[in-house]
Amino acid sequence: MINSKYFFKGLSCIKKFDSPAIALGTCFIAIGSLLKNLGFNIQESIFSTLLTYALPGSLVMAESLLVGASLINIFLAVWLVNARLYPMTVSLMPLLMHKSQPRWKYYLSCHFIAVSAWLIMKNNYETVNKKNRIDFWIGIGTATWCVAIIGTVIGFLASDYLSKDMMIGLAIVNPVYFSCMMAGSMKNIQISMSIVLGAILGPLFFFISPEWSILYGGFIAGTFAFFIGELNVK
Amino acid sequence: MSSSIVFAILVTSLATYLSRFLGVISSEKIKETSKWFRWFNCLAYSTLAALIARSIIFPAGALSEADYSLRIIVVISSILIFYFTKRNLVYPTVFSAIILALLNGYFA
Repeated sequence: MINSKYFFKGLSCIKKFDSPAIALGTCFIAIGSLLKNLGFNIQESIFSTLLTYALPGSLVMAESLLVGASLINIFLAVWLVNARLYPMTVSLMPLLMHKSQPRWKYYLSCHFIAVSAWLIMKNNYETVNKKNRIDFWIGIGTATWCVAIIGTVIGFLASDYLSKDMMIGLAIVNPVYFSCMMAGSMKNIQISMSIVLGAILGPLFFFISPEWSILYGGFIAGTFAFFIGELNVK
Repeated sequence: MSSSIVFAILVTSLATYLSRFLGVISSEKIKETSKWFRWFNCLAYSTLAALIARSIIFPAGALSEADYSLRIIVVISSILIFYFTKRNLVYPTVFSAIILALLNGYFA
C-alpha cells in the first residue's frame, strides 16, 4: 500500500542536522503554552495540533477565542490566513501525482501541507522518482506532524516554567527559520521575485486590510513575478 | 467553555483542510509543466513570504511584546548568519532565540 522504503526515507528527513524539527518544535512549544494559558486542557491542545496542523491558523483561533469571536468569525479568519495552503497544494501535488497511486493517498496526505513539510518536499522531490514521491511525502508529513504534536505537549507541560522573555525568544524562531529557508529557495528569477515582492507587499497591504493582506499581497506579488519570469524566459 | 473549545478546534481544522482539499482537486487537472503550475508556484512562494514578513512586522502573540526594531535586527542578522554558515539552518535559529530573549530582557 505504502512503499516503506520511501516512507522511511521521508521520515528520516527529520533526523538531519539542519532538520526543520527544531524550528517546528519550538513554535509548537509556543502554541502549546499559549493554548494552556487560554484554558485548553492537554487533550484539547493535542487535538488542535493533530487536526489543524497549521501554525498561523492555531494562532488566529487562539486570538479569536480570547476576544470571544463567534464560530463563523473563527472560520472566516482561519480560512483567510490559511488560504495560502491552496496555492501551496496546487504547486506541490502535481509533482506527486502518478497514475498507479490510489487517490485516497492524495486526499489524506494533503493534511500534511504546511510550510515546513512543503519546503522540504519542494527542495527534495527531484531525488525520488515520480511513482514513489507520494510515499516519500507521507513520510515527511508524518515526521513533521509528530514533531508538532510532541512540541505542543512539551509547551503545554512547560508553560508554567517559561518566562516572558523565553516565550518571545521561542516565538522568533519560526519566522527566522522560514525566512532563511525562503532565502535558500531563491533558485530562479520567478521564485526570487515572488519571495521578495511578497515580503514587501504582505506587510504593506496590512495597512489597507489586516485580514486580506496576505492574500492581496501574495496574489499581486506572485502574479507580477510570474509575468516578469515568463518574459525573461522567452 | 469546554464544548466551545472543541467546536472552535473543529471549525479551525475544517477551515484549514478546505484549502488543502480544494488544492488536491485542482491539482488533478494541472500538469507540472504547464503555465498554470508555474503561476501557482509563484503564488505559493509569494503568499508564504507575505505571511512570514507580516508575522515579523505585525506579529500576534508573544512576539508582539518585543520591540519592532529588535525583531527586524534579529531577523536580518539571522539571515546573514544563514549565508555566512553556508546555509546552515540551525545556527541562525538558535542564535535568534537566545539573542532576542536576552535583548528583550535587557531593554524591557
